[in-house]
Amino acid sequence: MAKDKGQTQQPEEKNSQSRRTMLKALAGIPVLGVFAYELMEKRSYDQLKKTRLIKELGLDDIPAPTKITNAGKGDLLRIGVIGFGNRAVNLAKGLGFMHPDNIKEGRKNGSLDDWLAQENLNVAITGVCDVFDLHAENGLAIARNEAQTGGAKPSGLPVKRYRTYQELLQDDSIDAVVIATPDHHHSRITVDAVEAGKHVYCEKSICVTEDELYRVYDAVKNSDRVFQLGHQITQNVVFQQAKEVIKKDILGKITLIETTTNRNTASGAWIRHLDANGNPKPGSLKTIDWAQWLGDRPKVPFTIDRYYNWTKFFAYDTGMLGQLFSHEYDAVNQLLRIGIPKSVVASGGIYYWKDNREIPDLLQAVFEYPERDLTLLYSASLANSRQRGRVFMGHDASMELGGSLSITADFDSTRYKKKIEEGVIDTNSPMITVSPGSGKIDAVTSATEKYYASRGLTSTMINGRRVDVTHLHLREWINCIRNGGETSANIERAFEEGATIMMANKSYREKRRVEWDPVLRKIV
Amino acid sequence: MRNNKTYTTVQLVTLVALRFLIGWHLLYEGFSKLLSPNWTSAGFLKESQWIMAGFSQWVISNSGVLNVVDFLNTWGLIAIGVGLIMGLCTRTAAIAGALLLFMYYLNNAPIIGIEYSIPSEGDYLIISKTLIEAVALFALAVFPTGSIIGLDAIITRIKGKKDIK
Repeated sequence: MAKDKGQTQQPEEKNSQSRRTMLKALAGIPVLGVFAYELMEKRSYDQLKKTRLIKELGLDDIPAPTKITNAGKGDLLRIGVIGFGNRAVNLAKGLGFMHPDNIKEGRKNGSLDDWLAQENLNVAITGVCDVFDLHAENGLAIARNEAQTGGAKPSGLPVKRYRTYQELLQDDSIDAVVIATPDHHHSRITVDAVEAGKHVYCEKSICVTEDELYRVYDAVKNSDRVFQLGHQITQNVVFQQAKEVIKKDILGKITLIETTTNRNTASGAWIRHLDANGNPKPGSLKTIDWAQWLGDRPKVPFTIDRYYNWTKFFAYDTGMLGQLFSHEYDAVNQLLRIGIPKSVVASGGIYYWKDNREIPDLLQAVFEYPERDLTLLYSASLANSRQRGRVFMGHDASMELGGSLSITADFDSTRYKKKIEEGVIDTNSPMITVSPGSGKIDAVTSATEKYYASRGLTSTMINGRRVDVTHLHLREWINCIRNGGETSANIERAFEEGATIMMANKSYREKRRVEWDPVLRKIV
Repeated sequence: MRNNKTYTTVQLVTLVALRFLIGWHLLYEGFSKLLSPNWTSAGFLKESQWIMAGFSQWVISNSGVLNVVDFLNTWGLIAIGVGLIMGLCTRTAAIAGALLLFMYYLNNAPIIGIEYSIPSEGDYLIISKTLIEAVALFALAVFPTGSIIGLDAIITRIKGKKDIK
């Protein structure tokens, strides 16, 4: 009996045992099911929170980064580069030219992909002019190794070195010039260039003295040549979005804008005449045409310090105002069209870098726009690198704008009061951030480069591709030469910027509050 | 494992619960990376300052390698998470997970004298939660439960039948 029972129950037992094993084997499924459900919940919660806020702010139709259209159509443009230092190397890169050695190196570490994908602008650098043989030779090597971007075919045109910029301007085969000399040449060369019928892309800043500013404005204004000042920031995609934010009045009434410079290195303080090992960089009277370098400035003896560190002296530059505030001002002016301030007060001094410099290493300037109920503040230090950012302060929110953009609602905002109470908006963290993202990292090495990257001055993301903003800025200029239209940093913007900088410079040097006379168009 | 019937019920429940929890965590880590299109490990690797610093710098400076690392990391986490929850290739998943977490630990180890700019969510001295999770996964590899609660049971059975035949 017992045996019988055992025999009849055995298959059943086996069955239930295997069923139990199966159930145990699949025990993970309900866990995965719950996980999947929670993942969906989390996704839709995040999405809802985001869209609710974006809809609330009217930002749902913010224009996405535009596709790059082809600017290379049209005849080949022949460009002369005047001044072939570091900045010109970057400008040439933006035009599609790089030194063979750098290309070799870049190919090895794979950092060239974005550059190689850069659109071909259909230009040739046919003229190079620099007072320093080393820079001129480097420029020739770059210009001859031509257009490797966007699958371009070399033009095969010869590249010529000109001893003086006047000779370069006399060459009728050159259509346009890029000016990347020290600042004290900018206005003079620009004037001569437009008078010689060349289109001009000029690095900031536009002038070092007031006279230069008026002269260059008149010359460009009275010509039909296309002028672009080297302010690439507006080409950053984040910047276009900031424009929308301003247009949609997300910030409320903006009464204060704070801009800063925060550097703390010798190179950042324009001490650049030594190499990495502490030895003087190359250059002597044998290789540098010093008289031409000085131009119309007082005749002083050559020193390697003056040649590399010219920014330190008022004869050649306005220091932080011309080199760094110019970018800050441009960013603000492009967004808000503030123009020339009614008054400026600037003060500061040489607090830290006790060398032979004339320019201050600490500077605060206040620019007042009473008609706009607005003050623009510039606070600059070359002796501390705490990142203070660039902030637009409105009654309802603050916007920090650099390489990315973030908007934080104000705790006492009128507009967002309800949403803050409901907990939809948190005033402790940004309610909107726009980051151009970084799927790829390219070699951002020096402190200066990092500084510019954090300020949106080096590259931007378009359709998931990292695009050099200098390239975009040059491209806009070339587009205008070919098809007409206005450049974003045209002579009007350049004049406003120049006048603003001249006011601050005058105020600092004369230790007084200066005003702008809009009728006479002069500083008083 | 032949000796897997030696666990008491409490031991088995505890081990499986631990497996589910860590599996869940890694699975979500993987998905959150997958679902944020701009995610890259570059930010994390940049922080590396200890013995992995050289390797991490190499990864960051080479965009091709960085892409591979990002891909493997994201899908590795997802695969390990699914493996742990479903009890599929449990031992492999546990060991892979332990190694991956140990790599994270080495890149972000709370060693005296090394400071990271990304703040950690707790206070650690040499030992961090990442290291503990890595060791816990290693324990799960040593005390396997996949062939009792998990798809490995089916695999073991099929294999067992084959062996008998």
